[in-house]
Amino acid sequence: MRKLLLAALLIAGTAQAVSAAETVDPQKDLKSFREYFTSRFPKVQLDDFVNGPYSMDEGLRAQWKAIDEFPPYEFAIEKGKEMFATPFKNGKSYGDCFADKGIGVRQNYPYFDTDKGEVITLELALNRCRQANGEQPYSYTKDEMSALTAYMAFTSRGKRFDIKIPNDPRALAAYKKGEEYFYTRRGQLNFNCATCHVQNPGNHIRTEVLAPALGIVAAMPIYRSNWGGMGTFSRRITSCNTQVRASSLPPQDELYRDVEYYLTYMGNGLPVSGPGARP
Amino acid sequence: MASTIRVRAVANGDATEVQSLIQHPMDSGFIKDSKGELIPAHHIEVVTFEHGGKTVFTALWGPAVSKDPYVKFKFKGGKKGDELKVSWVDNKGKSDSLVAKIQ
Amino acid sequence: MRHFGRIALTLIFGFAASASLAASADDFKAAYAKAEAAEKQAVQMKTSWTTTVAAMKDAKKAADAGKFDDAVKLAQEAEALANASMAQAKDEQAHWQDAVIH
Repeated sequence: MRKLLLAALLIAGTAQAVSAAETVDPQKDLKSFREYFTSRFPKVQLDDFVNGPYSMDEGLRAQWKAIDEFPPYEFAIEKGKEMFATPFKNGKSYGDCFADKGIGVRQNYPYFDTDKGEVITLELALNRCRQANGEQPYSYTKDEMSALTAYMAFTSRGKRFDIKIPNDPRALAAYKKGEEYFYTRRGQLNFNCATCHVQNPGNHIRTEVLAPALGIVAAMPIYRSNWGGMGTFSRRITSCNTQVRASSLPPQDELYRDVEYYLTYMGNGLPVSGPGARP
Repeated sequence: MASTIRVRAVANGDATEVQSLIQHPMDSGFIKDSKGELIPAHHIEVVTFEHGGKTVFTALWGPAVSKDPYVKFKFKGGKKGDELKVSWVDNKGKSDSLVAKIQ
Repeated sequence: MRHFGRIALTLIFGFAASASLAASADDFKAAYAKAEAAEKQAVQMKTSWTTTVAAMKDAKKAADAGKFDDAVKLAQEAEALANASMAQAKDEQAHWQDAVIH
């Protein structure tokens, strides 16, 4: 009897997977995703979701407003501006690798590269730019990379996220993998991203107020007081993994890029608010 | 090299509100690096704000203050165009100062 | 009286039994190899747990210190954790859809 039950569940499971692959509808997903948060938090303005925990807690917002008059990421923006303007040894510069000379383009990342068949994040694009011009790549979790992306985010502030999912089965598969990553429980503590950011935004985990998943990457890179410095999405997700006792993957692992693709797409239409400051 | 000091001073009525962000590692001397060795203490000890030849605010900092410290205070006096001098000295004898105009 | 006798016998034999079954360096090597194999699979499945890695490290440390009983226990714990992490991944593959916002 148990064997039959297990078999039935397995069949149902696989049947679901097959039908899901046949009908991937990111636009529909985005609508449901957004509506979940706007109906759960009717008093929060749509654009305000990009402010993460500050949209959820008045006391925290007041502290943030005070800090924001003199934001801790100012040093990173200045450093990034200088780095961005400095040409490589071969005379070329970062601007040559990007549309619009790399100014005001943050809202288009990540994108799906149909030639390479993979998701390209801003950080990956920057390092590939460096390597294509004979320079050593930067670490994805240290200050140089986040200084560059802090400057690029700053030049794009206010622009609405516009992540595209081309009608290409590989792009849809990457989007779907990203969704799967987001909702898969991991680590010995058995959390998925949704545990904190879908089920519990506005609630506390230890002393932190949890941010809603809607627009959660809009403020990247962030200065985290906790870190005493800047960090990229890679830095945050690797530490999230460790916090639930899951071994982290390499910073620009395909899975991480896929989930960044999925999450950023879910925040389409919301404004770039980076670089951000978080507790 | 750019100054480590950012300051914004705004005159408001008979008082001036000052905010300052100072770039400094503020190593307490108690934290270990990835090799397990103590990072030596390197932190600001005194910050002084001067206006009209007088010290209007002194901050005595130490290992408990975090990296890139931020301070905000008000002092009586000061008007738009006046100069405000900010200077700091750390435990290694390093220092920096900046003169800013009150807005 | 009979009760006491049974307890005494259990204590004597229990003690003797555990003394004669003290782990050796070879026992540790075997247990560690099993843990390593399981964890390798978990890493391939991208489902490794930090606690598995920590248990294996502690097992090695105990073995280096000659504490083979502890080392074997830790290696066995690491193997169990690695297997649990893989069971989690398999289960999640079938059920993650349930969590999706619709």
